[in-house]
Parts: sequence; structure tokens; C-alpha cells
Amino acid sequence: MTKASKIIEISGLNFYYGKTRSLHNVNLDIHEKKVTAFIGPSGCGKSTLLRTLNRMYDLYPGQRAEGAIRYRGHNILEAGLDVNMLRAKVGMVFQKPTPFPMSIYDNIAFGVRLYEDLSKGEMDERVEWALKKAALWGEVKDKLTKSGLSLSGGQQQRLCIARGVAVKPDVLLLDEPTSALDPISTSKIEELISELKEDYTIAIVTHNMQQAARCSDYTAYMYLGELVEFGETDQIFMNPVRKETQDYITGRFG
Amino acid sequence: MIQNKNPVYRKRLFFHRVGMTLSVGAMSVGLIALLWILATLLINGFESLSVLMFTNDTPAPGSEGGGLRNAIVGSLMMVGLSTAVSTPVGILAGIYLAEYGEENRIAQVTRFVTDIMLSAPSIVIGLFVYAMYVANVQHFSGYAGSIALSLIAIPVVVRTTDNMLKLVPNSLLEAAYALGAPRWKVSMMVRLRAVKAGVMTGVLLAVARVSGETAPLLFTALNNQFFSADMNQPLANLPVVIYQFAMSPYDNWRALAWGGALIVTFSVLALNILSRTVFAQKAPK
Repeated sequence: MTKASKIIEISGLNFYYGKTRSLHNVNLDIHEKKVTAFIGPSGCGKSTLLRTLNRMYDLYPGQRAEGAIRYRGHNILEAGLDVNMLRAKVGMVFQKPTPFPMSIYDNIAFGVRLYEDLSKGEMDERVEWALKKAALWGEVKDKLTKSGLSLSGGQQQRLCIARGVAVKPDVLLLDEPTSALDPISTSKIEELISELKEDYTIAIVTHNMQQAARCSDYTAYMYLGELVEFGETDQIFMNPVRKETQDYITGRFG
Repeated sequence: MIQNKNPVYRKRLFFHRVGMTLSVGAMSVGLIALLWILATLLINGFESLSVLMFTNDTPAPGSEGGGLRNAIVGSLMMVGLSTAVSTPVGILAGIYLAEYGEENRIAQVTRFVTDIMLSAPSIVIGLFVYAMYVANVQHFSGYAGSIALSLIAIPVVVRTTDNMLKLVPNSLLEAAYALGAPRWKVSMMVRLRAVKAGVMTGVLLAVARVSGETAPLLFTALNNQFFSADMNQPLANLPVVIYQFAMSPYDNWRALAWGGALIVTFSVLALNILSRTVFAQKAPK
């Protein structure tokens, strides 16, 4: 595996829900055009960490982060940052499919319209491109005007990925994207992840260790808000340095 | 059939039967009252229901025949204007409450006042508009009636909009924010749209509520024996006509009162059924 350049550098990150501290001094680099997986038992802080990367926690008063997260050199935790511009660059797909209450076409176009003024033709192309990227085009090309809610769960999740891809972000954050899906949809999304990393940097939180092993280049094992071990996925799974990591991935714990 | 001798189960079955009997009994009381009202209206109002009722105006005392055209038009105008005013005001206020209601004091106070307004006696609203508007302009008018009706309708729309918006899961809002959408766009294009059907139901229920209001119109629109489309003049309207005609000594007036009651009741019923069927199907899961 070749060394890639660092796109996000997390240093000394602490996170608080009110007075409860849920991340302790996390230091970690995310590499460009690689898949980084976050694993660990429930409540270990992996989703919290992901949600700091696009400042999602900003929506909730009382939640705050300390330390530094450098995205392409800029500290995104700084007060004056335009979070909307950040989120346009760092997209996110959630655990449960969240299609907007509008047509399949508009689900994709919604995000694009926020930042780009495209002609009808260009928008059609973009929608088709994004749906093809998410391996959904074949299934929906004849019903683009139908509601996004009419799709199956797996299709809805791919629609959400297409929506995230359509705005051409730099980084895609996936928060347990397959935990609500059946095995077939899951494998489709995993294939998708390996294709998407050609163009995007991906950070994925998963409860499924095989999934982390199958589709990531780097893996971070977290426990009780601390980063226990971080390294190349092969090394973490074949030859973990820390005993805790070994226990977790072999299923003796967690 | 398996004989069940399990004492716990038998006891449970007994309480189930008692509970069920009481519930069905209570439901029957409500339903019988409703059916009785509808039946009475149909029996008494049906004979006066004719084309003439929609083409003739309210008759002068002692004259024959007559209809309710002026009252129907007046009611439609006032309810229409109050809907046109209270829908945007109510929906926007509801959005404000849902978005900022947890965070700041003004919103909390607004929500509290809205709740009081919801249960305020409508005659008080009428009196208020009389004192504030009618007494100042020195005459009753359709506008005054619309103001009073709007004051009754707005809290209904605010409350349902607020409640509906709060049903939208956070995950959907986060998904929109995650694309970098500004708050107002998330609010208007995703959140409101997700519960469009529920909000429209609230509007329809508000219309249903105000179309039968009598007390606030007594002080504001008053009544008008003649046809008028001038909102700045006293305006005939169904509830007040029903009120006056029902207690009159003239047979044709009383018949018209029944007819008017029939029209109001079935319009309200139709609105309720519409809001329950057409919009309920599209409600979010």
C-alpha cells in the first residue's frame, strides 16, 4: 500500500456532551482517497468523532469540541468557520436512510442547487452521474419523478449516497451506512465504497468488523472515548499491537 | 375448545370484558349524540333545502320564501379572508416555535400564549375585536368579522404546525444540514415539506372551527338583511342568521335556520372527512 497524503489531521481532540467528556485526546490522520474505518463497541465515541469532522455537533447547544482538526491545513474547529461550506466539502451518510420528502431527482438536485447554478441539461447530467456512481441509476431511471420515499431501504441508502456524491465533496463520512440494511444491499454498498475511494476520501463507522476488514485501508479501534490503536487495516486485523485490539477483533470482548 | 381454568387468565378475561363494555358504552354515548344531531338536522333542514335557498336572500319579516344567498356568500368571504390571513401567519409562527421553541424565551412565551388563545372563549375574542376595531371605526363590518375569526384560527394553525414539525426526525434534518444547507432551507424545503399533509390538516381544521363560530361575529360582522359583497359593511353570515332566525316567530325563517344549520354542519363534516382521508394517506410514516 502506498503512502497517501494526509487530508485530515486530528490532534488533541476532546469532545464534550455538556459536562460529560466523550473523546479523550484523540490523535489521528485520515489519508486522501483511502477508506478509514472506525470500529469499537457501542458508546466508544466513533460516531462522535465522525460528527466532529463536519461539525454536525454544532446543531446541538451544549456539545463542543476542543483541540484541532486540520482539513487541508485549516483548523475546522475555529469559531469563524463557515460550517455550510465545510459540509459541502465533507459530506455525510447516516445510519438510517434519510431520503428527503421530494422526488428522486430533487433529492439529488437539492444539494447541488445549494452551491451551483446549473442549466436543466447540466442538472440532468449531474443527477444521472450521481445515481450511476451510487449504482442506482438502472433501478430508478424510469421513475425519477417518484418520491424518494417509494424506494426500498437499500435503494434509499444508495440514494442518500448519490445525494452526498452529487455535490462533489472531498470527503464522505459514512456513519454505519449498512446497519439498517439486508445483506444484499450491504454488499452493494460495500462495492460502492471501494469504487468511490477512487475519487473520494472515505471515513466509515461500522459495527461490523468484517466490513471494516473488507473495505478499509486504515482502521482505528476506539474504546471509551480513546483511540486505542490506529494503523493499516491489514496490520490491525492480522497483527494488532495492543492486546485490547486483539481481544475486540477476535470477539473475546465487546 | 380448550377449557381454561387458569385463574389468572380468567380474572384477566373478566377485567377485559368490563373494560371493553365501559369503552363501548362511552363511545356509544358520543356517537349517538352525534347521529342524533345529524338526523335532526337532516329531518328539519332537508325540506327547506332547495335551489331557492342558494339564489334568494334572507327574507324580510313577514314576507314569504327567501333564501340564504347573502349569508352563504358573507360566510364564505369572511372565512376565506380569515383563512388567507391565518394560514401564512399560523404556519410561519409554527415554524418559528418548532425551530427556536426550545432555545429562547420569546418562543416559550409565544407557545404559552398560543395555548391560552386556543382555549379562549370565542365571545371574548369577539368582544376584544369590538372594543379594539369596531368601536374605533364606528361600524360593524366583514373585516371586523374576519379579524375575529383569524384570531381564533391562528392558534389552531400554529399549534398543529408546531406539533407536526416536531414529529420530523432529527436524522432527516441532519441529513439536510450535512449537505451544507442553511437553516431556512432545511426548515422550509425539508422539514415543512415532510409534514405538509399534517400542516394542511391543521389549516382545514381551523377553517372548520371558524366556519361555525357565532359569538365573535355578533360583535363584529353583525348581520345584513341584504346581499352585500362589501367587506367594509356589516355582512350577513350563516351562524348569526341561524341564531336570529331560529328564535323568530316566522315559519319560513325557522325553516331557513334549519337549512343553514344543515349547510354549516355538513360543510364542517366534509372538511373534517377531507382532512382525514385525503391528507392522512400522505402523512409520513
